[in-house]
Amino acid sequence: MAGAGGGGNDVQWCFSQVKGAIDDDVAEADIISTVEFNHSGELLATGDKGGRVVIFQQETENKSQSQFRSEYNVYSTFQSHEPEFDYLKSLEIEEKINKIRWLPQKNAAQFLLSTNDKTIKLWKISERDKRPEGYNLKEEDGRYRDAATITTLRVPVFRPMDLMVEASPRRVFANAHTYHINSISVNSDNETYLSADDLRINLWHLEITDRSFNIVDIKPANMEELTEVITAAEFHPHQCNTFVYSSSKGTIRLCDMRASALCDKHSKLFEEPEDPSNRSFFSEIISSISDVKFSHNGRYMMTRDYLSVKIWDLNMENRPVETYQVHEYLRSKLCSLYENDCIFDKFECCWNGNDSVVMTGSYNNFFRMLDRSQRRDVTLEASRESCKPRQVLKPRRVCAGGKRKKDEISVDSLDFNKKILHTAWHPQENIIAVATTNNLYIFQEKVN
Amino acid sequence: MAGADSDDSLYPIAVLIDELRNEDVQLRLNSIKKLSTIALALGVERTRTELLPFLTDTIYDEDEVLLALAEQLGNFTMLVGGPEYVHCLLPPLESLATVEETVVRDKAVESLRKISHEHSPVDLEVHFEPLVKRLASGDWFTSRTSACGLFSVCYPRVSSTVKAEIRQHFRTLCSDDTPMVRRAAASKLGEFAKVLELEYVKSDIISLFTALASDEQDSVRLLAVEAGVSIATLLPQEDLEALVMPTLRQAAEDKSWRVRYMVADKFSDLQKAVGPEITKNDLVPAFQNLLKDCEAEVRAAAANKVKEFCENLPEDSRETIIMTHILPCVKELVSDTNQHVKSALASVIMGLSTILGKDNTIEHLLPLFLAQLKDECPEVRLNIISNLDCVNEVIGIRQLSQSLLPAIVELAEDAKWRVRLAIIEYMPLLAGQLGVEFFDEKLNSLCMAWLVDHVYAIREAATGNLMKLVEKFGAEWAQNTIVPKVLGMANDPNYLHRMTTLFCINALSEVCGQEITTKHMLPVVFKMSNDQVANVRFNVAKSLQKIGPVLDSNCLQTEVKPVLEKLASDQDMDVKYFAQEAISVLSLA
Repeated sequence: MAGAGGGGNDVQWCFSQVKGAIDDDVAEADIISTVEFNHSGELLATGDKGGRVVIFQQETENKSQSQFRSEYNVYSTFQSHEPEFDYLKSLEIEEKINKIRWLPQKNAAQFLLSTNDKTIKLWKISERDKRPEGYNLKEEDGRYRDAATITTLRVPVFRPMDLMVEASPRRVFANAHTYHINSISVNSDNETYLSADDLRINLWHLEITDRSFNIVDIKPANMEELTEVITAAEFHPHQCNTFVYSSSKGTIRLCDMRASALCDKHSKLFEEPEDPSNRSFFSEIISSISDVKFSHNGRYMMTRDYLSVKIWDLNMENRPVETYQVHEYLRSKLCSLYENDCIFDKFECCWNGNDSVVMTGSYNNFFRMLDRSQRRDVTLEASRESCKPRQVLKPRRVCAGGKRKKDEISVDSLDFNKKILHTAWHPQENIIAVATTNNLYIFQEKVN
Repeated sequence: MAGADSDDSLYPIAVLIDELRNEDVQLRLNSIKKLSTIALALGVERTRTELLPFLTDTIYDEDEVLLALAEQLGNFTMLVGGPEYVHCLLPPLESLATVEETVVRDKAVESLRKISHEHSPVDLEVHFEPLVKRLASGDWFTSRTSACGLFSVCYPRVSSTVKAEIRQHFRTLCSDDTPMVRRAAASKLGEFAKVLELEYVKSDIISLFTALASDEQDSVRLLAVEAGVSIATLLPQEDLEALVMPTLRQAAEDKSWRVRYMVADKFSDLQKAVGPEITKNDLVPAFQNLLKDCEAEVRAAAANKVKEFCENLPEDSRETIIMTHILPCVKELVSDTNQHVKSALASVIMGLSTILGKDNTIEHLLPLFLAQLKDECPEVRLNIISNLDCVNEVIGIRQLSQSLLPAIVELAEDAKWRVRLAIIEYMPLLAGQLGVEFFDEKLNSLCMAWLVDHVYAIREAATGNLMKLVEKFGAEWAQNTIVPKVLGMANDPNYLHRMTTLFCINALSEVCGQEITTKHMLPVVFKMSNDQVANVRFNVAKSLQKIGPVLDSNCLQTEVKPVLEKLASDQDMDVKYFAQEAISVLSLA
């Protein structure tokens, strides 16, 4: 094993679990829209288009079977958001969960933020294993006693009961976004978080719901002059004053909240000069950044655009330190991908525990593991066919043209309806969660 | 306590106890608020052995219930058997001090602080101090943040060995991993320093302060500023320069605007804490920098402190410092790009005139006042106008009247009704300072124009304004200037304006007195009782009820009563209702 959270491509990934219905016709509400591990990796949350949040808990490890890591089982399921209607604007507000972010643990309970297009909610997930018993005026089953028979007072007593997991909404942060919220991110100061929509970023205090501060506003005075939108935003993992936001033009701006209250002036602008040889009608669309993530150590950040993953050193603004092609073979297919709207898919990306490998999704239920130190990459597939327990995933290859070799899949036979947009990596271990349309696959490192 | 036979007095208590676990939050809350009644009925023994263990386990409840519980327990000492048993309250409060909700934790800490004083010195060491230690070394930061607020209450009353332990615990929390705990420690640092022996302030507290003030998190550093102010008040003057000033100087130039904002916000306290010498040498340049800060929030906070800072300058050099160092910065702020900065300055700048005296005010401040009176932002102009009284004392308002008038007129006609409302509120004050002649000549027409404003809130404020003006200028003035105009509106084709006449009469009748009311206003009211709009007619009834007490009984019986009786048989339901109400209130039935 390459150490905790390590794992280059010498890691062999094997199937662990699959969650969700097996049948082929997919209910719209069941489509998974976000996946997120908590800070210890013990809990894994998913959100779906139906506004539900499902939390899985890693079973406590059984020493006798230490060869295989424990499985994730459903811990709590709750309806986070409901569909709403904005009567002033005659707009439907979908219940779809756009993002989930866990808060650092503060007491025995767990807290997470979930958001749809407009409203962010803070949820508490707590356990209860005791309940009070003993009434004065009635029996435990609810039958009333004759009040005349009461001669002494009884104080209720807490008795143990079966473990119950409760999810309760603690705060609702509403009415601060005119456009659709695409990101939320908790600050390392543990008391604030940001929420970003297409044109603005707001800063909230976790305990205050009736006011937020606008820290970025790129809305032009005249909306006809609009040329770019905010696509993602994230706080630095350690520096509480630093955050970044990415744009549809392929740039990333880093802002320092110490400098001024309104961060309209960025302190760094990360942008790679365009390669004139690759210039086409689609250049601007495919350079739009769909996700930005800081590495755990805070030195790097990773961005995902339509065809590639780029890793930037925060100290170098003019070009990324590493660039990985995710599915370069699609470059010739952009025209049809534009016609079926796939070109606007927003793929996310994630780091492994020690920042040595990154993962991101593709089409045909393929996902990519990109090893930074060895500059190697592998394509894996999440599919029902290879989901026997502990079955090792075979690398897949796509034939980019020319003669198709054995074991290769032709670009034309890729299924563009099967896409992996959301993935998550356990913060310490080699366990990954990969969301296909309505299934959640959990894979882990094969241990010999 | 519990009688052998059924006891009627037990029933209400039994209900209260059962409702402690009712499904309905409101009922649970209600029961918790009557916890003392329950405890009294149970007696001290059962309260200690049964009720408190139950309460210790109820931390799953809603915040509002927990908050009420935390508060109740702070007043529970007598109900558990007096100071001898006060330590029984610690377990439930300890569990409340670890919940995630800050308000609940804070309340639990407040109650713990309260009951700490009821512990004997022995109990404090045996029961209370171990609890503080448990909280301070808890797994979750919620308990550690709560611990920060408890050190200062036990420190003065424990032995020197325990004191050393407490200092050690506090030190550990100041370098906690989570910013939440460091923030809690930073916010309690000043308070803790106050109960420490001076030698430990110098040895321990200063190093903690220095460390917190250079924390990587802005949110910790900014709390250290306030602690610095408290620490400065504890130290002898000769130690300040070496121990506190380097850190405070650094805070005033911190990279993060939020920290500089905090320095600006606490500047007056800081000034008082460090004394005149350091103020002259250090704080004056620091204050100048804050007034010129690149972040508007900081400038606004500093601008707010200009007057207070100048007032507290040492008397011997006050004028020189203001004239040579502060005033140039103030001049720049008058034309600041940010309106919050300008309006913060406008709210205090007039105060400088009393400090600088007549000549300086005329020469240096007056141009600034005039510039601000012409500012594009209405809030700035309003702030100047609302503080006119300060200048009035020094140079008299006449100096300003030439510029004042256009400013007032413009605000009076502002498109935003809230701005119009604000200026109306200053009218009585202005009228008092400008005098009756100036008022009649220039402002009276404005006051009348507001009566027919299209926003109700303005018309309402305008009637209130008239009343205050009459209080100032007297009934005779009213009769000659405003009453005719008000009564003239009774013939307006717009029924809203006709109603305004009635509202004005309501407001003016008492200040104008019986004679004017009976002679001039009453006939108009009577005439309006025939108005074709029902709303006007029922307002006539309401007006009559209102002005009735001003009239003599003869007039009431012979004139008011018939009119009200006629209205009481009106075809409109509301008119009838208010007429009948007036008849009964005025006892005319």
